[in-house]
Amino acid sequence: LFVPQVVWSTLGNRQFCSYKMTTKTQNFCRNEYNLTGLCNRSSCPLANSQYATVREEKGRCYLYMKTIERAAFPRRLWERVLLSKNYEKALEEIDENLIYWPRFIRHKCKQRFTKITQYLIRIRKLTLKRQRKLVPLRRKIERRENRREEKALIAAQLDHAIEKELLERLKQDTYGDIYNFPIHAFDKALQQQDAESESESDAEREEDDDDDEDMNKREFVEAEDSELSDFEDMDKLETSSEEEQEEEEEVEKKASHSKSKGKTPLKGPARRKRPYIEIEYEEETEPSTKTKAA
Amino acid sequence: PERVLFPPTFSVSEIKNKQRRHFMFLRWKQQQRKEKLALKKKRRKEREALGDKAPPKAVPKTIENQRVYDETTVDPNDEEVAFDEATDEFAPYFSRQTVPKILITTSDRPRGRTVRFCEQLATVIPNSHVYYRRGLALKRIIPQCIARDFTDLIVINEDRKIPNGLVLSHLPEGPTAHFRMSSVRLRKEIKRKGKEPSEHVPEVILNNFTTRLGHSIGRMFAALFPHDPQFIGRQVATFHNQRDYIFFRFHRYIFKSEKKVGIQELGPRFTLKLRSLQKGTFDSKFGEYEWIHKRREMDTSRRKFHL
Repeated sequence: LFVPQVVWSTLGNRQFCSYKMTTKTQNFCRNEYNLTGLCNRSSCPLANSQYATVREEKGRCYLYMKTIERAAFPRRLWERVLLSKNYEKALEEIDENLIYWPRFIRHKCKQRFTKITQYLIRIRKLTLKRQRKLVPLRRKIERRENRREEKALIAAQLDHAIEKELLERLKQDTYGDIYNFPIHAFDKALQQQDAESESESDAEREEDDDDDEDMNKREFVEAEDSELSDFEDMDKLETSSEEEQEEEEEVEKKASHSKSKGKTPLKGPARRKRPYIEIEYEEETEPSTKTKAA
Repeated sequence: PERVLFPPTFSVSEIKNKQRRHFMFLRWKQQQRKEKLALKKKRRKEREALGDKAPPKAVPKTIENQRVYDETTVDPNDEEVAFDEATDEFAPYFSRQTVPKILITTSDRPRGRTVRFCEQLATVIPNSHVYYRRGLALKRIIPQCIARDFTDLIVINEDRKIPNGLVLSHLPEGPTAHFRMSSVRLRKEIKRKGKEPSEHVPEVILNNFTTRLGHSIGRMFAALFPHDPQFIGRQVATFHNQRDYIFFRFHRYIFKSEKKVGIQELGPRFTLKLRSLQKGTFDSKFGEYEWIHKRREMDTSRRKFHL
């Protein structure tokens, strides 16, 4: 004896219904033919012999209907009607098919159909926009790559490599005249003189003399600190060979630059105000030259 | 009977009691270490005894030593390579016809870290501009960029609030490289850092790009920076390739003496791993890929690297 009332009073209300999901405030019905999704007397598809739903499949909406006449034939229980793609026409079709049906079911069917069309429109709009592609991370591979990166970092010895490269570039004169260390300049001058096949001792002696002169000049300049001394030096330098002159200028430049740490070179007189480092370097090179000359 | 020892010794692993087993194992380990030390000492004594006639020290094997020889390694005097480079997409840059102008952008809705990283990157790379993405399609951005004379496009992809990918695209029909980015450190996370990078054009160091592929990637990086570095600024950007990982660092250097240079790290740092190289501009569907990292084929040997 199939009486919907009995079904509801047992399954829906009191005993176990496998489609029923209870939460604190409400009961939901997981049955796929349910019209509203809630577990009610009027919206339970099991407890109503005359029932209708709207469901969509692959973007098309169908109206499903169940009547008492077919209650004995489960296979033919749900009758399916394809609804038109046009929204208003589909509503009319629902009305047509559910004519003389209870108001509740008609209304809820139309509401459900509206919601479905709305979300279908949204899906179509979103698929046209750019979609984010989710690429799954593989844990093992991620771990492996991270570990290898750490090891590569250690093997790279970045600081060393960068320093080496910079020193290489310095040696190959890519920086031109900005940095000039006296030893370097001295070696270069030496090489140039060797190439010109002048005697080594002569060159060294000359340079030595010049160095001495410079020293004296520098000390002098410190005390006076006037522009005249510059011109004196320049005059005296003109007489000596080009190389030595260059060397002097380079040395001066180097001194100013080492102090100013690479800022734009200061003007003439100001340079002379910082002879301290110069003197130190001069002293360092002097003993070596003296020994060579000897 | 080879394995019969008299008296029969017990292997350490057969002792059932954990404490005793542990103790025996430690004793065994100490013994091993002692033997090793003794061996070393003996060898050293022999070396010294031989003096000049000693055989040269054995070079330890490293992964770099044992690297599988790559047939596409570039020989510096190779004519074919030189010819290729004279006619590829970077020729206008290297012949100083174009000045690099770079557009930096991110994926949709970047989070704070990525935004800050983009800003810092913009200070490091001269003549670069950061623009927000706001849901624009790359395919539509690219023609606009070309119209406004941009030479390069950098897209930093973000996942879970950290940047994890980089797409570097040379704009007028240039190659597009897609990298996986890892260990990104912003300026404030770097210890002992200097002041902000100044506006001077930095120098560029490209280390260890040996194969043809590596060479083209190296040129891509070089094309980001203007041609003439301002040595007054004393800044250097380094792309160092080691075992297929490209480490990027930005330093300020100072020559303390002729043989000594001090470097101070400013600027962000990150590491890149090349995932794919495409011939044209960014096009994920119809692009012609010059190189893709295929894990199953390329990750089989631990001694084989592609860059």
